[in-house]
Formats: sequence, C-alpha cells, structure tokens
Amino acid sequence: MNFPILSAITFLPLLGALITFFIPKDKEKTIRWTATIFSLIPLALSVYIYAVVRADPGEMQFMEEYTWIPSADIFYRMGVDGLSAIMLFLTTILSTLCYYYSIYTIKDRVKEYYFLFQLLQLGMSGVFVSLDFVFFYLFWEIGLVPMYLLIGVWGGARRIYASIKFFLYTLTGSVAMLLAIIAVYLNVGTFNILDAAAAQPFAGNFAAASIAFWAFFIAFAIKVPLFPFHTWLPDAHTEAPTTGSVILAGVLLKLGAYGLIRIVLPIFPKPFAYYSYNVPIIPILAVISIVYGALVCMAQWDLKRLVAYSSVSHMGYVVLGISAAAASLAINGGEEMTTSAIMGLNGASLQLFTHGIITGGLFFLVGMIYERAHTRQIKDFGGLGAKVPYYYGVVLITGFASLGLPGLAGFWSEFFVFRGTFAIIPVFAMIGVVGIVFTAAYILWKIVQNVFLGEFDQDKWDKATHHAELTDLATFEKITMWPLIILMVLVGFYPSAVVALFNGVSTALLSNF
Amino acid sequence: MQTLLFLLPQLILFLSALLVFGIDLIGSNEKKWLSNLALGGGVASLMVAVYLMVGVELPTEPILGGMLAMDTFGIYFQAFAALAVSLVIVSSIGFMRERTPYSAEFYSLILIAGFSVTLVAIAADLIMIYVAFELLSITSYILTGYLRNDPKSSEAAVKYFLYGAMASAAMLYGMSLLYGATASTELSVIASTLLGMDASLRWVIFPAIILLLVGFGFKIAAVPFHQWSPDAYEGAPTPVTAFLSVGPKAAGFAVLMRVLFIALPSFSTDWMALLSAISMMTMTLGNMVAISQKNIKRMLAYSSIAHAGYILMGIISWDKWESGSIFDGFSGVLIYLLVYLFANLGAFAVVIAFENATDSNKIEDYAGLMKRSPLLAGTMIIFLLSLVGIPGTGGFIGKFFVFGAAIRANFFVLAGVALVNSVIAAFYYLNVARYMFFQQPKEEIQTPIEPSSGLKVALAVTCVLTLVLGLYAQPFFQLVQNSLF
Repeated sequence: MNFPILSAITFLPLLGALITFFIPKDKEKTIRWTATIFSLIPLALSVYIYAVVRADPGEMQFMEEYTWIPSADIFYRMGVDGLSAIMLFLTTILSTLCYYYSIYTIKDRVKEYYFLFQLLQLGMSGVFVSLDFVFFYLFWEIGLVPMYLLIGVWGGARRIYASIKFFLYTLTGSVAMLLAIIAVYLNVGTFNILDAAAAQPFAGNFAAASIAFWAFFIAFAIKVPLFPFHTWLPDAHTEAPTTGSVILAGVLLKLGAYGLIRIVLPIFPKPFAYYSYNVPIIPILAVISIVYGALVCMAQWDLKRLVAYSSVSHMGYVVLGISAAAASLAINGGEEMTTSAIMGLNGASLQLFTHGIITGGLFFLVGMIYERAHTRQIKDFGGLGAKVPYYYGVVLITGFASLGLPGLAGFWSEFFVFRGTFAIIPVFAMIGVVGIVFTAAYILWKIVQNVFLGEFDQDKWDKATHHAELTDLATFEKITMWPLIILMVLVGFYPSAVVALFNGVSTALLSNF
Repeated sequence: MQTLLFLLPQLILFLSALLVFGIDLIGSNEKKWLSNLALGGGVASLMVAVYLMVGVELPTEPILGGMLAMDTFGIYFQAFAALAVSLVIVSSIGFMRERTPYSAEFYSLILIAGFSVTLVAIAADLIMIYVAFELLSITSYILTGYLRNDPKSSEAAVKYFLYGAMASAAMLYGMSLLYGATASTELSVIASTLLGMDASLRWVIFPAIILLLVGFGFKIAAVPFHQWSPDAYEGAPTPVTAFLSVGPKAAGFAVLMRVLFIALPSFSTDWMALLSAISMMTMTLGNMVAISQKNIKRMLAYSSIAHAGYILMGIISWDKWESGSIFDGFSGVLIYLLVYLFANLGAFAVVIAFENATDSNKIEDYAGLMKRSPLLAGTMIIFLLSLVGIPGTGGFIGKFFVFGAAIRANFFVLAGVALVNSVIAAFYYLNVARYMFFQQPKEEIQTPIEPSSGLKVALAVTCVLTLVLGLYAQPFFQLVQNSLF
C-alpha cells in the first residue's frame, strides 16, 4: 500500500492540535513554535502533491478508500486532482503563515488559539480532498466551530454578534445541503461524489433536480458569499482577529466556490445551465456581487471592512466564471463554446487561488497597521508613504495585484473569467467588467491616495492613535508577506504553473457533457 | 430458566434497589458505600444486557403469557436504561449527599425508575404497559419532589403529578376503547383483529389513538402535552432532571413504537398525520421557547422537548420501512436516543458539577467557565455541539438518520421545518458557549471549579462516547439495526 499522503496532509494538523493540547498552558513559546514548525510538514507534503500531480487528464489521483460506516454506505474516500492540489497548497501555506504571524501577535489564551486553529486547518484540508458526501460534510462543518470560537474569543468589539451570525448563516446552508445530500443518496444510492456525478441524480425529473440543486447552491453561495447571502461576511471579517480574516478570506470562502465546481456543476449540470442561461439568476447575482461589492468598497472608511467587501466583489468573478461554464452546456456551440467554457472555469479556479493569496495578504497588511495605530479608519491616516516606505511598497504590490494589474496574479484570473464569459453570456461580462474599474478606483483612491499619499500630519496621527509609534515593518512581518508577494509575481509572470492543472480538471469536467 | 436469563438485567436493577433499601434500614449510621452498591447494580445490569444483546438468541414471540416481549428491541432499551441509571448515579453521589440525609433511598428509587423504564419497553400487553407506566410515573413523582425542604422541588412534583394523572387517565381510556373494539389487550392480537375489521370502526379507533398519544406524548414531553416538563425539570434535583430527560423519554418512545408498529399498523395513515403535526409543533415550540431561557435546566428542558420532535420524525417515516435501507427511520430513532442520552447526561453532569460548586443554574453565571474549569467548558461544548448536530459528534449521526427518514418518506415540509429548527437550536446552545468562552468571569467569582471524581467518570464516559458515535458509528449502527423488531 502506498503512503496515504492525503490523509497525512489532512490529519497532521489534528496531531498538531493534540500535541498543543498536551503542552502545559504556560509554555507559550513552545506552543507557538511547535505548531508553526509542525505545520511545515503538511505544507511540504502539499508542495510535493503539487509537484507530482498530473494535470492531464484531470482525474482523481492518490485515491484512498476505506470503509467507515459500511452499514450506512458511508466511506472514507479521498483524492486530489489539479484543482484540489492547488487548494490544498493554498490552505497549508496560509495556515503556516498565520501560525507564524500569530507567534508575535497573539498574546491571550495562546494554547486554545493554536489548538483551535489547527482544528480549523483540519476541516479546510479535509473538504478539498473528500470524495464522499458525508465525509465532505463532516469536514465542511468541523471548520465551523473553531472559526466561531476564533472570532468570538480573539475578535474585535462586536465579535460576539459577528461570530454567531457567521455560525448561523453557514449552518443554515449546511443543513440545506445535508437534506440535499440525503435526497441525492436516496435517488442514486451512493454517497460517492464521483459516482453521483456519473449517475446524474434526478435525470428525468427537472423539478426535483432543481430543488436539490438550489439546496446545494445556496449552501455554497452563503459560503462564497454571493449577494444576497453575503451579509455575514463584512461582520465576520471585520471582527475576526487578523489571522482569522486571512483564513476566512483566503480559504473558507474558497470552500463554497470549490463546492460549486466539485459538486454542483458535475452533479446538476442541467439545472445549473438552466439557471445560468435560460433563466440567468446566477450570473445576475454574480454581477450584482461584483458591482455592488465594489461600490460598497468605495463608500467604506474602515480599512478592514473595505477589504472584506472587496472579497464579495472578487468572489463574484468566480461565480460568474463558473456560471458561464455552466451556461455553455445550454448552448449548442460546438468546440468553440467548450473552449470558452473551459477558459471561464480556469479563470474562476485561478481566481480562487489568486484571491486567496492577494486578499490574505491585504488582511495581513491591514492587521499590521492596526497593530500600530489601533485604528483602521482611513480618515485617520494620510501621508504614511514617506514614513513607512517598506509597508507602502508591499501594500502597493498587493493592491495592484488585487486590481488586476498585468504582471501580477490578479490579472490572469480576471482575464480568463471575462474571456470565457464574453463568448458565452456577453451581457453579464459587460456589466461585470465595470467592477474592474471600480476596483481600481477604490484601491487607488481609497487605499493608496488616502492612506499613503499627501503630507503626513503628526498631530492628526497622534490624536487618532493616542501617540502610537509609527514604525515600518518588522522582520517577522516581512517574512509573513514575502511568500505571498513571490507567489503573486510568479503567477503573474507564469500563470501556466497553476492554470495547466486547472485546465486538466476543467477540460475533463466540461467535455464530459 | 431461559426466561429468567432474559429478565436478568431487569431483575438485577430491581434486586439491587431492594438491597440498597434494605441495608439502609439496618442500623442508623449513614452508609456511604450504598451509592457504590447502587452503581454496581446498574453496571452489572448493563453488562448482562450487553451480553444478552450480542451473545444470546432472544425469543421473537412474547413470553410470560404474552405479557413481555423480550426481543432484540426490548434488550436495547434494557441496556439503555441501565446505562442511563448508572450514569445518573455516578453523577449524583456528591450532589445528593450534600442536600439530603436520605440518599440511599434516592439511589434505590433511581434503580426502580430504571427498572420501570425497561418494563415499559418490553411490555407487550396493554395492561402491562399501563402498570409499568404507572410504576415509572410514581417513582418519577417521588424523585422530583425528593428535596422536600426545597419548595421548588415540591411544586415541581405536584405539577408533574397532576399532569401525569390526567395523562394516565386519558391513556387508560384509550386502552379501554381499544379493548372494547378488539376484545383483547395483547398487542399482536389487537393488530390481527383490526386487520380484518371493516372501516366503520374507525370512529372508535381514531379517538383511541388520540388518547393513547396523550399518554405517550406526556412521557416524551411532546407538544401539547409538555407543560409539566419545564417546571419539573427546573424544580427537580438536577440528577433527577438528568434522568427524567432521558429515561421516561426513552420509555415513551419504546412504547410508542411498539404500540403503533405492532398493534396499529393498519391505521398508520391516521397516526402518521397526527404525529407529523405533533412533531412539527414540538420541535418548533421547544426551540422557540428555549431561546429566552435564563436557567440552564429550563433551557435543557425545552431543548429536550425539541429533540422529542426530531425523534418523532423517525417514527413517522415508518411505513416506508424496508430492511437494508439506511434511512428506515426506525434505526434512526434508536440511534438518536443513544446519542441524545450521552449528550444530555453529559450536559447535565456539567450542570451538576457547576451547581455543586456555585449553587447556581443561571446561564449567565457560566461566564468565563473556560477560565474556571477548562474540563467542564471543554466537555460542555462537545455536548452542546452534539445537541446542535455538528458532524464529528454523535448528534450529527442521529440527525442524519432521522432527517433522512423524513425525506425518504416524502415528508418534505417536515424536513424543512426541522431544518429551520436546527438552526434556531444552534443559537441557544451556542449562547451557553458564548458565556463559557467569550465572557470573563464575574469579579467576585473566579475560583476554579474542580468536579468530583464521580462526575469526572460520567463526563469521560459521555464525552468519549459522544465523539466515538460521531466519528465511528459503525458498531452502534449495526447494534441498532439488529435491535429492530
């Protein structure tokens, strides 16, 4: 038997959590460093997976299958393809960076913090490798509880409200998904995600398929989050501790979009196509998310809330790309159409990765200025560029990546999404593209101009921050940011490094129909 | 002789009750070890029941002249009751000793209550059901009012008794109607008589079903027969509350299933409609009212009402039952009861430990419990998550199978109501978590809390089994599937 590498990546954080659990509470330094160093193992394994996973054909590899609850047909099934390999990498790298960053920033209840954070990593990694509905659902929900506690214990002023809101929103979606999972099982008699896709549940019954489709879709849309299910996000992101926001934006939102690609699109292609093309509810919601999210960003004066809303906008691109791919199934457009659909889906997948590193980075950066100033109000800042040049430079790169400057990661994902969407559902592409303009506006105007440009006013700074000291980035902050910057530039110059993997998956997925 | 073996778990419970009672009469000194004797009785009964479950071929036909059905289903509930009794005794040792000089009788009564739960679960005859039910009720009344110097305890007992007497009367009336229509009290005979009967007798059977449901609904605390439970739960000594939330409820479900499935399958459309309405009302009211509770015992009372509503979903989808299906409803009910037992008794063990240390049951006093006792807070959140139904805990397994049963039987509205309800429920369970983890302890009470060793045992058992059921349910699921009749 081969080494069960996926199980190792998934369950090593659990082992790490147990180790943390058995280190005495007052040995805080040991706890911090053990967790951080330990997390390098799953990170290394996921890099290995990235290196060896085959892009073509986009099928499941490293499969593991064990019986788990055989009397109930529930199996322990894992596998990766190109998409999940990249997502695994995103999860492990952001987690490791969060552990590292927390060494210097989390002062309170350190042991609990690291224990919960590692459980969170377990849940996230598990979702990306599960190939059994019940198993998937298990991981999907396991991440919920630690995140709830992370927001509630280490969060900001309105943390209690934000944490319960986050929990209840996600739980509502999850329970709907659970009912749909059961319905799918009763229809096709398996919890295997791949088999269910092959069996096409409710094939002859469009009404039933639609109901199950919407149950899944809403569960994932809440997590993405898609307008109008997004209202939990600004609160959760704003109130969460810095690392919590990083993981929320960087990985948790991706779970929803990943579910759309892994489960909804292959299992319910007909309803998905119908509601993307014939009755285009989904692209409408996607462009509303894009434009509305960006507009709200323009009106935000809280830096963290601004970045939070930018996630709503940017995740809208993901859903737009996926729905374009789905819509192509309703059009008989031949090979041309399929190529565009693949392009759109590649863009959506790439956006998952790039948004993960870019917005993760932005939340780190917001956290860093907040650590110094204890305020996030844009109006309290101004002219910081001259005072903290290093910080300014990092924000510029990340911000430009976020607005899609060619040469940085964000450009390619948006390009692919719109390239695909224009050929399939052009109206929505045209509206959606407006979002890019707004994004440029809020990044340049709100963040760059208001925070960094102009004259630095010492009196205003002292008044707003109660004489906080303004220092440039410390070494640990630079170390936290550098891997993300490198990734942004790498993907910006050589997108094929990841797109090739997505392409295999998208091709396999879309050419089946 | 064989018959005696089948009844051994029950006899052990009953005899150890008598033994505890008898030994306590000898001499006037307090014998602390009697609690251990009672516990030994519970554990021995559990072990014998488990042995019978796995190692002995049980009779499929009722024994003792059709009075008792010592089948796989019955033995499941014997083990269940013995388990509940053992856990309650082990959690109550310190608690009772501090509050009453008569703790030996208390253990004795708990054992008898457990004995009557098992009796209800194996009764196969209306008369036997009634007698066992009354035995259970009367011991429950006494236990509720056990702290007689505590006015709340006495008030709770009186309320419980008054409601209980009414419910018993209604149930007895229903039984008499059933007897009048079929000329038999034996469940299987009733079933065969009803099968051959023409539809004109519906006007007498239908009221009989309603009246029976009053009696059973009272025991499981289903809306609208639930009004006794919040008061009784709040006023009763906390270990008794723990027992009431599990024991009589399981007995109620056992007898409900036996009577409906064995005696009244030909009227299933009637009782399915009734029960689905009751189920929806029960879960909705239980959850809605639980939100505003300030007292944790009262909150758990309403939560246990809500859980009765979920469990009823499994019974309703009975008529779609066929063996080999995983969502048959029947096994959903049994496994749900088991996960509910661990989560609820665990939560009550935390409540008892907290009450021992602080004499308070207010939810707001749980503020900062994580700082005062990581053990209590850490185990409590697992029990709460299990009650919410989060995967990884047993609660999910229970919910998974009863929800599945409802969908399988095409009760989509019911499944939808249950969906909304499980989200509402998360709100008030997490409210406790919020106090424990997010709030600081009040300044005047920051002392650490150290639970007694008995409570630690109870916490360990319930916590581990809650997690095991969540992560590796296979053996339990198999057990449950072997326990159907």
